Amino acid sequence: MTGSAGRISWPALAVVAGLAALAPLVFTDFFVSVILTKSLWLGLAAASLIFLSAYGGMVSLAQVGIYGVAGMTFANLVAADGGSAAAWSPWLATAVAIVVAVGVGLAFGAIAARSVGIYFLMITLAFSVLVFYFFSQVTQLSGFGGVNNVDLPALVGNPGLDPTRLYYTTLVVAILVFVGLRYVSRTAFGLALQGLRDEPARMRALGFDVTRHRILAFGLAAFVAAIAGILSVWYNRRITPGSINLAQTIDVLIIAVIGGLYRLEGAWVGALTYALLDNYSREWTPTVGDVLGPERFNTILGVVFLVIVLLSPGGLMGLWERGREFFGKRRRGPPGGVATPSPAGAAGDGTN
Amino acid sequence: MSGAPQTAPATPAAAETQETPRGAGWSKRRVALALLAAAVGVWLIVKASEDLRQFAVVTLNGITLAALFFVVASGFTLIFGLMRVVNMAHGSLYLFGGYLALEMQDAWFTEDSGLGLSLSGAGTGTYDLVSWVVPLLLATAIIGVIGVLIQQVFLRWNQGQDLRQALITIALSVIFADQMLAAFGGISKDIQTPTDWPESITLPGDVRFGFFRGVIVLGAAILIGLGLWWLITRTRFGKIVRAGVDDRDMVSALGINVQLVFAAAFFLGAMLAGLGGVLGGTMISLAPGEDTSFLLNSLIVVIIGGMGSLAGAAIGALALGLVDAYADVYLVFGDTDLTNYSILVTFGLLVAVLAVRPLGLFGRPA
Repeated sequence: MTGSAGRISWPALAVVAGLAALAPLVFTDFFVSVILTKSLWLGLAAASLIFLSAYGGMVSLAQVGIYGVAGMTFANLVAADGGSAAAWSPWLATAVAIVVAVGVGLAFGAIAARSVGIYFLMITLAFSVLVFYFFSQVTQLSGFGGVNNVDLPALVGNPGLDPTRLYYTTLVVAILVFVGLRYVSRTAFGLALQGLRDEPARMRALGFDVTRHRILAFGLAAFVAAIAGILSVWYNRRITPGSINLAQTIDVLIIAVIGGLYRLEGAWVGALTYALLDNYSREWTPTVGDVLGPERFNTILGVVFLVIVLLSPGGLMGLWERGREFFGKRRRGPPGGVATPSPAGAAGDGTN
Repeated sequence: MSGAPQTAPATPAAAETQETPRGAGWSKRRVALALLAAAVGVWLIVKASEDLRQFAVVTLNGITLAALFFVVASGFTLIFGLMRVVNMAHGSLYLFGGYLALEMQDAWFTEDSGLGLSLSGAGTGTYDLVSWVVPLLLATAIIGVIGVLIQQVFLRWNQGQDLRQALITIALSVIFADQMLAAFGGISKDIQTPTDWPESITLPGDVRFGFFRGVIVLGAAILIGLGLWWLITRTRFGKIVRAGVDDRDMVSALGINVQLVFAAAFFLGAMLAGLGGVLGGTMISLAPGEDTSFLLNSLIVVIIGGMGSLAGAAIGALALGLVDAYADVYLVFGDTDLTNYSILVTFGLLVAVLAVRPLGLFGRPA
C-alpha cells in the first residue's frame, strides 16, 4: 500500500500535464480524440473505482451503473433524439445529472456499506447490472436505439469537427479530480477512511462511525463516476443501454486492475493501455480460425487481464513500483515506509 | 507472494454483523418492511380475485423460473460456501453447457429432412428421448470437468485471496463470452425436447401449463434439491463440506484431503451450472447475454438467501422467481402500465433483505 499516503509529486504532475497539453500539436485529431480523450474519461471512471479500493478497501463494480445514471440523466434533460429530450441548458443538465447520480450513489452506498470484501463486490455488481436492465427496459428514458445527437455545452464545440476543445476540457477535469482525490486522502476524512480500510474494529472502538464514512466515500466516488459518465456522453454524443452493460462494467474494472488497484495514477495508465489495445490490437491480431482475429478484441483483453491478475495483482503501477524498488535500493527506502497489511477484501495484495 | 494466508476479512465481517441488534424487538425498519410486505400481499390477493386462472399460471411461471434459478445458484453457493470462491464464470458455464448440449443434439440426433429447408431449425425433425437425455448428461459432465480444470489451473494456488480469484474468474468469463460468440453466433437458439412429450398439461381448474417447464424443470429442481440435501446432511462428503464451511483450516489439520474435496465440490458446482444451462436452453433459449443474466440471477439469489446456504438458495430463488413473475404481469395500476419498471421491484427485494440482514437470510459471517 505504498503511495496511498504519500504526497503528490508536483514536478512529475506538471511534466505529465505539460506533455498532455502539447499532445494536440503532435498527434492527429484521430489520436487525440479516440485514444487520449477516451482514456481521460475512462480513466476518471476507473479512478472512482481505484479511490474506493485504494483508500477505502472497497472494490466496487457499481461505478459504471452510477456513470450510466449520470449519462442517461444528462442525455434526457438536454435536447436530443430519443429519450425525454427536455431541452434544458447543458450546464444545468450537467449539474442536475451529477446531483441525481450522487444521490443514487449515496443510496447504493447506504445499502452496500455494511458489507465488506467479496460481498461488497457482488452487491455492487448486482447494482450495476440492475441499472443496465432498468435502462434497457424503460425505453421512455433510453429511446429505442439509445439517446442520440445529444446537445452539448458551447464550451466543447463540436467534437466531431474539432476534438481539441473536448480534449482540453477533459484533461483539466481529470487533473482537478486527481489532485482533489489526493487532497481528500490527506484530510481527516481521508485518513479515517484509510484507518477503516486497515482496522475497522479498532476505528470503531475509537468512536468512528464506520458505515457513515464508507457511505460518504461511496458518494464521493459516485461524484467522480458521474463526471466520467457525463464526459462519456460529451465524447460519444450519445448513450445507449449497451454502453453501460456488464461488459462496460468489466472493462472499467479491467482498466483499474491493469493500472493497479492501489494507486490513483494507475487509472489513467490502465485507460491509456486499454484504448491503445482497443484500437491497434485489431491490426496485428493474426486470424486463427474462429478463435482469434480482428473481431476477437475481447478475447485479447480477457487474456491481458488474466495475465496481469495472475502475475502482478498491483497492475502496471505495481510493476513500476517493484522496478523502482529494485533499482532504487541505494537511495532511500520505498516512499510509503513499510508496506501495511492489505485492506480487508483486497486480497490480491500489492506487497508480493 | 507474501505467503500470509489472507483470512483477515473474517474479523471485520464478524464485527459487521454484530452491529444489527438481534431480537432487540421490532426496529422501525422491520415494521416498515412488514407493512410493505402486507401491502404487497393485499395487492396480490386483489389481483388474484380478479382472475384466478391467470394468477395460477403466473404463480406457476414464477415457481418454475425459481426452479431454474435454484439449480444454477445452488452450484454457485456450494462453491462459495466451501471455498470462499466467488465464481464469476458461473454464468459462462451455464451458457456453455447449453450450447454444448445443443451442438450434440444438432450433430448426432437431427436427421436431415432431405431438402435442408428448415431455416428455423425447429419443428422439422423428430427427436426421441435419447436425443435430449444424452446431450444433457454429456454436456453436464463436460462442464463439471471444465470447472475442475478452472479450479486446478487458476484457483488452487491462490486459495484464500478471494478478490484475486474473483478477478481471475471475471477474466475467464470475458474470454468465454467472446469465444462463445465466435463459435455459436449471436442468434438465439433452442434445444429441442423429445417429440413425444406433450406440449402442455392441464391442471385442476382448467389451468394449462407447459409440460417441460412444469414437470421436467420443476421435477429436476426438486430432485436436485433433495439430492444435495441428502449429500450435505447424510454423507461423509457432506460432513466434510459442512465442517469446511465452518473452519477450513481445522478440517485440513485433521488429515482430510481438503484439495480432493475442493475439486469434487467444484465439479459438482460447475455441473449444476451446466445442467441449468441445458434446462434453461430448452425452457427459454440460448443467446449471448444469457450468461450475464444468469450470473446476475445467481448473485441475487445468494445475496438474498445468504452465501453458502442451500436452504438460502432455495428461498432466494423462490423469492426472485415469484417477484419476477408477478412484477412482469401485475404492475398495472388502472391505466398506467408500469411493467417496464419491473426490475425496480427486484432491486427493492434485494434492498429490503439487505436492510434487515446484511449477510442474507441464512448468511453467516465468513
